[in-house]
Amino acid sequence: MPVTTRSCPRSSSRSGPETITEISYPRILRCGDSAIGIEFSDTVSEAANLKVLSLDASLADAPIDGILETIPTYRSLTVFYDPKIVRGAALGEQLLQRAARDAAAPDTGRPLEFPVFYGGEHQADLDEIAQLKNIAAADVIALHSSAEYRVYMIGFAPGFAYLGGLPEILHTPRLAVPRQRIEAGGIGIGGRQSSINSVPGPSGWRFIGRTPFKLFDPARTEAFLLRAGDRITFRSIDMEEARDLDAQVAAGTARLRELVR
Amino acid sequence: MTAVLSIHRSGPLMSVQDDGRYGFRARGVSTSGAMDRDAHAIANALVGNDPGAAAIEFALMGGTFTTDRDVLVAVTGGRCAVDIAAKAVPTWESYLLKAGETLTIGPLRGAVWGYLAISGGITIPEVLGSRSTHLRTALGGLDGRVLSSGDILPLGETGELKPRMLGTPYLRGNAPIAVIPGPQDDYFEESAWKTFLRQPYRTTTSRDRMAMVLDGPALSAFKGHDIVSDATVVGSIQVPGSGKPIVLTADSQTTGGYPKIATVASFELARLAQLPAGRDFMFRKISADVAEELAIHAKDRLSAVIFGLTEK
Repeated sequence: MPVTTRSCPRSSSRSGPETITEISYPRILRCGDSAIGIEFSDTVSEAANLKVLSLDASLADAPIDGILETIPTYRSLTVFYDPKIVRGAALGEQLLQRAARDAAAPDTGRPLEFPVFYGGEHQADLDEIAQLKNIAAADVIALHSSAEYRVYMIGFAPGFAYLGGLPEILHTPRLAVPRQRIEAGGIGIGGRQSSINSVPGPSGWRFIGRTPFKLFDPARTEAFLLRAGDRITFRSIDMEEARDLDAQVAAGTARLRELVR
Repeated sequence: MTAVLSIHRSGPLMSVQDDGRYGFRARGVSTSGAMDRDAHAIANALVGNDPGAAAIEFALMGGTFTTDRDVLVAVTGGRCAVDIAAKAVPTWESYLLKAGETLTIGPLRGAVWGYLAISGGITIPEVLGSRSTHLRTALGGLDGRVLSSGDILPLGETGELKPRMLGTPYLRGNAPIAVIPGPQDDYFEESAWKTFLRQPYRTTTSRDRMAMVLDGPALSAFKGHDIVSDATVVGSIQVPGSGKPIVLTADSQTTGGYPKIATVASFELARLAQLPAGRDFMFRKISADVAEELAIHAKDRLSAVIFGLTEK
């Protein structure tokens, strides 16, 4: 079903009074002279995200000449192309046709389990969230580790995973003042989303624990652990297991558990 | 034994860059690479390298270098004083730098990003298919960081040392910067578009390899200044709540949550990046279809310049 929403004139080339046009999805958005977007929604929705990933998978299986690479996000797929090989106008038509044909979105995500040492250096944020929600820290852990999350998007930094599926009670606004440095592996909550930090850096999210696994390691054969569409669960581990896993990750012997469904 | 380049003095934002890291944007990895792709490619071609080879990029200020083997060197990007063994040589030409001689590059005049290519190229290990440095995530380059005095970089095998110069001139005009509306052009009303296209904007000192923050009349997005994050491209013009446009450049993030009023045409990125701080300029709107034609033309023109290099 196409989603519709209200919109005003798209640019100065369409002058005149406030003509209200309906946007129907999917729609094509030009992003310069060598990228084009196909947008399935302007909000966060699992249905739109599945369509994005489905089209991305379709393009990987049966490539269109001239496409160089893609970026799947929450609600749109941006496609980079070589204008010497394919023009954006023609590519846009092909993308719309492909999206219409492949309406059924296969669930291509792998079910993966991340061990998390909750608390630790992030105990303060964990306690604060518990306080804000008027529940025990143990309940925050139980809630966070009982949900299944989907990787909606990889972005912001190499391998950084935006996760949908955070239980509503844990939705918490970001910090007014970001922290200067959060280590890789930090498990964050920002608004309605959860995340796994992939490289050290500043962040305004609240962090409740860490996983020993590294989402991004350019020295590893497979540099990235996750891709958009993967399904994530978290398993609470104690400090001893976290240290064991740290050692295994450092030695390159740790394996992320793919759950059997 | 591998030949090396030694850095004895360096400007503040000097790094190893090639023609970029492609194929990993879906995994959140920026493309990086030279801020001025054409100047970088021409510098490499002048010393007989592949145009995409790894070279040294510097911002505003050059530095002092030596090599332990005879090489060709070329400096491009903008005009600046270049000395080899205390003898002045022009930019945009290649010269023989003998083992042990000192190469000194002064401050750029009227430009921001300069390039030093050395025959054989810089052969540090590739990370994800590229030697470019992404400073914010410390990826690639020399330990992912800016270069400084004392650093030593390995050089590849050099070919015949025949200095070259441009046969076809490489010129850039002062026309307004061409932009293609979108992807969030519909977040901005007619009045905002008029402001954007008819008022001058000014480059500021708030700039690095990730982005350029512009000064000028504020742009208001009537649909709001937050969007559900989608992909950005190099050249995306984001408009945050302040209304001051931010142009994303080589090291920019792959996704972002601000509406993007327009995208700088690929063939205009270098010209904009090279505008010194405090310079007024205008934007002009072109269609994506026209921009594709001009982008292809610009690539052909660069190929012609490289093909037209002549031995001195």
